[in-house]
Parts: sequence; C-alpha cells; structure tokens
Amino acid sequence: MAANEHTVLQFTSSSASLSARVHPLVIFNICDCYVRRPDQAERVIGTLLGSISPDGTVEIRNSYAVPHSESSGQVALDIEYHHNMLVSHQKVNPKEVIVGWYSTGLGVTGGSALIHEFYSSEVPNPVHLTVDTGFRNGQGTIKAYVSFNLSLGDRQLAAQFQEIPLDLRMVEAERVGFDILKTTVVDKLPNDLEGMEASMERLLALLDDVYKYVDSVVEGRVPPDNNIGRFISETVSSLPKLSPSALDKLVNNSVQDNLLLLYLSSIIRTQLSLAEKLNTAAQIL
Amino acid sequence: MAAPTPRSFLQVAATEEVASPLLVVQIEGLAILKIIKHCKEFSPALVTGQLLGLDVGTVLEVTNCFPFPIREEDEENEAEGANYQLEMMKCLREVNVDNNTVGWYQSTLLGSFQTVELIETFMNYQENIRRCVCIIYDPSRSSQGVLALKALKLSDSFMDLYRNHNFTGEKLREKNLSWVDIFEEIPIKVSNSALVSAFMTELEADTPVTQCDYDRLQLSTNPFMERNMEFLIECMDDLSMEQQKFQFYYRSLSRQQAQQQAWLQKRRAENAARKAAGEEPLPEEDPSNPVFKPVPEPSRLDSFLITNQVSNYCNQINGVAGQNFSRLYMMKALHEN
Repeated sequence: MAANEHTVLQFTSSSASLSARVHPLVIFNICDCYVRRPDQAERVIGTLLGSISPDGTVEIRNSYAVPHSESSGQVALDIEYHHNMLVSHQKVNPKEVIVGWYSTGLGVTGGSALIHEFYSSEVPNPVHLTVDTGFRNGQGTIKAYVSFNLSLGDRQLAAQFQEIPLDLRMVEAERVGFDILKTTVVDKLPNDLEGMEASMERLLALLDDVYKYVDSVVEGRVPPDNNIGRFISETVSSLPKLSPSALDKLVNNSVQDNLLLLYLSSIIRTQLSLAEKLNTAAQIL
Repeated sequence: MAAPTPRSFLQVAATEEVASPLLVVQIEGLAILKIIKHCKEFSPALVTGQLLGLDVGTVLEVTNCFPFPIREEDEENEAEGANYQLEMMKCLREVNVDNNTVGWYQSTLLGSFQTVELIETFMNYQENIRRCVCIIYDPSRSSQGVLALKALKLSDSFMDLYRNHNFTGEKLREKNLSWVDIFEEIPIKVSNSALVSAFMTELEADTPVTQCDYDRLQLSTNPFMERNMEFLIECMDDLSMEQQKFQFYYRSLSRQQAQQQAWLQKRRAENAARKAAGEEPLPEEDPSNPVFKPVPEPSRLDSFLITNQVSNYCNQINGVAGQNFSRLYMMKALHEN
C-alpha cells in the first residue's frame, strides 16, 4: 500500500513524527502471557498502558493480557475484564493511560482491524504492537503500527495499518544487566565488587581495542578513518588536565575519606559485637 | 547443576508432609522488572506489592507480582485495598498466572527496612502461608549499578519469641538468639523462560558499554555516602537511647533490690522484737508493698533492630568504599597513562 501522491484516497495522516518506545517490562509481560496462554489459543492480545510525551513519542510502559476468542473472522474480546484490569492499574498509577494494544504474531492479521476499532473507541489513535513470539522469520520481530482510515469522499473504505518507528533501546534492562535477563538461569546475583570487576574488564577490553586500532593505523595496516580519530581525540581530551601533584592530592584525599569511612564502620561493628557480649554478660550476673 | 526431575502431583503430595527448609528464592525476570518499575516510579516514597508464585520443595518460585496502591490510613480505604487485591488476583488467574501468594515486596531507602512494621507484616503473612518471603529492593542503590535485591525471612526461633512477646534478656539468652539471627537472607536465583531469553538476546544492543557500566564507573558517590553516614549517625543515636533505657532499668533494678533488702531487714528486726514480746511474727513477704512490684524490663526488640540497621549501613559503606577505591586507582592509572 504505497502512499501515492496522486491517489484520490485521503489519508488523515496527522502524526508524521509519531514513534513508540517500548519498555522491556512490556516484552517480558507479553512473553509470559504467551507462554501461559490457554491450550487452544493461537495468540494472545492485551492492552498497552503508558503515556504520550509532548514530542509525540508514545511511551509504552506497562501491559496486561485480555482474554479473547477468535474463530473464522469473529473476534470476541472480554471487555469487562479489560475494564476491571484498567481500573485496578489506574489505582496504582493514575498517570498510565491506554495507549494501544498488542498481539503476538507476525504483522497485522484480519481480526486485528476489529480489535483495533474497539481500542479506537477507548483512546484516539491507538498503537498496535506486534511481537512475533513464533520467530517465524528467524528473529523476534517487534513492530508498531498506527491505523489510518482510507476514505473516498465520505465513504470509509478500509483501515490502513502503517508501521511507525519503534525504539527498542532498553535502558532499564541495561540497568539490571543483560547478563541476568538473557540467560534462563542465574544462580547468584552479582554483588558490588563483582559487578565492578565485570565493568572494569569491559573497559579494559575497550581500551585494548582502541590501542590496537591506533597502533595498526600508525603502522599503516588499516586505512585511517577521520571520524574514529576525532572520537578518540575527543575522548582523550575529555580527561581534565591536572598537574600530577594536584591529581595526587585529589586521589589521596578521596582515598583518605574512604579509609576514614571504612575505619568508622569497622569501629562501629566492633562496638556492636562488644556491646552484645557485654549485654549477655550483664544478664548472667 | 542436575536437572530437576519432574514429579507427579502424587509424589509432591506424598512429600508435602516433610517440611523442607527454604533454600532458594527463584525469581522470574518479569517479576524483577515489575518490582523495579514500581519501586522506581514512586521513589522516594516507599511502596509495596504482592508476590505470586509456587512453593516447590526447597525452592520458592516467584513468577509474577502486582503492585499495591499507595496506602492511606483510612478504614474505608483498607476495605478497598482488600478488594483491589482480590480483584487483581482474580483477573490474573483468568490469564493463567499463578495466583498463589508467596510473600510481598517493598522498596527501601538505603536499606532502612528493619522495622517493627516489617516484622508485623511478616507475621501476618506467615499466619496464612506456611512459607513466605519478603523481597526488598533499594532504588537508591541501583543508581550505583548494583542490583539491590534481597530476599528475607524471619528466623523460626525469632518468630517463636515474637509470638510470645518475650524479649527479655533471660529468654534471649535461653534461646541463644542475637541480633544477627532475626532475619535470614535467602539466596536469589533468577530464571527466565526460553522465549524471554531469546528476545533479550535479540534485543541486546550492539554497543559494548551498557548503562550499568556507566553507573558503576561514576566517580561521584559522595552524596550517597553522606546520606549513608547521616542515617548511620541517626541510628547510633537511637541505639545509645536504647542503651540508656537499659542502664536506667538496671539502675532502678538494683535500687529496688537494695530497697527490698532494707525492707526485709527491717521486717526481720521487727519480727525478732515481736517474738521477744511473744507476738505473732508478720509475714516476710508483702505483695502490696510497692517495693516488690517488679520493674518492667524494656523489650530488646528495638535495640536488636537498630543494631541490625547499623550493621547494614556498615556493610553498605564497606561495599561502596571498596568500589570507590577501585575507581580511584583506576582513574589515577588512566591519568598516568
């Protein structure tokens, strides 16, 4: 359905800059619902909650599944369930409103138009998110659509689903750590220092890469790339210029601060264990 | 790790009677993300929610959760809260989510969670569910690149004591219970369905640096440390207040004992005089005398909890200071290069 400028069909395209941002929780929720779907169901659908930022980005923050049944072109949605759940969610976070709906599967299917119509009555211009849980083309395709009405004069002809850009950067997931979310079983959560170690190793590896690149450019093995060069020089110059003595002073001061804190905390601990011993001793007397 | 052999319901039912200790809490990534989302959105307000899952042998599986709306102290709202809970459970069951309560989660500020309220909530839950757990998440620490999740339960011996409201020194000594024994931390395992794992692998960004690394390598931890120290100082003040209470108690106890002795001597002297005069001796014990009224011993619960808090802060300071050292030395090395 390529948009042809000479067509007589009218688009009501008001939101050219519309895009969506999906939070990782939504993907997790959809996957979980899909795994727990009823026996005979082929797909799960549900409501997306979130907010719309001033620049037109739809933030999809939360979701819940809605039971439905589909048979030969007929779609029955449990509207009561949908409303109950909505009320419950709004009690917790009134700022999250309906922004659209999701369905598993690849792309838009026939029944989708009907469901989309229902959600259009709930909220203007809902977003339709499809998550291919079947990995049908070899990858988990996640797409977002909005629908436009194709009309000829006053007559409604059809609904056109147009794909909108989808931002899948998972900053929240990164905060938790992909290592934890990626694998099926993690035996132990990393503690402070272990996490630090992992981060440092990664930093070291990055530095190594940069060294190698610079060396090979200098030796003429790799053609120099001005862009990369600029990035490197920017990075190097972002280190504040400090005289060695000033730096020493800075580092030493911080180290001493930290040592003092450590010292205090160990004194307190000793104090605690001492107090406990004394308390029990006092009881014996 | 050996793959767990699937068991039939009959087998499970047969082994049910032997109460095996709770060794591991296994949380789904979904539940973790939900907890984090809820806690973070409302931070610094403290929020709670319910954990749903299954109790399988020594493992408590947390497969889902839902948030509670922020509570208000009102009778009407309380009923509404209960309604909300029921409604949510019903709805979740309809989409085949495990609707078996296994505990609750709550957010905390710098790990200041050891309170009497937590213990009370735990006792309430414990009455209904044999095995329950409390998951604590600290949003303030997550900005340091740490996943600050903790699974806690009260130890059995502590629960016994709490039920009988026995926090006198004698009882505690009898049970050999010290402040470390109040809470038991249970190791957390994270599990994800294969589907989620596939999606996350697909969606993982190509960049070698993640937000988590940025957070960890952030040099300015001073505000965090300062807050931590402030809380620590407050706690120490509280603790010394508690200590004063005990000192007061012991002082009044010894004063009372002295008074009792004095009274007894007086009474004995009187009795000797009466005997000499051929009269009936007066009883040596007089419960109506205020001197014999036992001085109530203050409960040690508060001081135990505060001690727990203090040690928690100390641990946090140690952890962050350790991180700081590595950061500082790394910065120094970078500059020297």
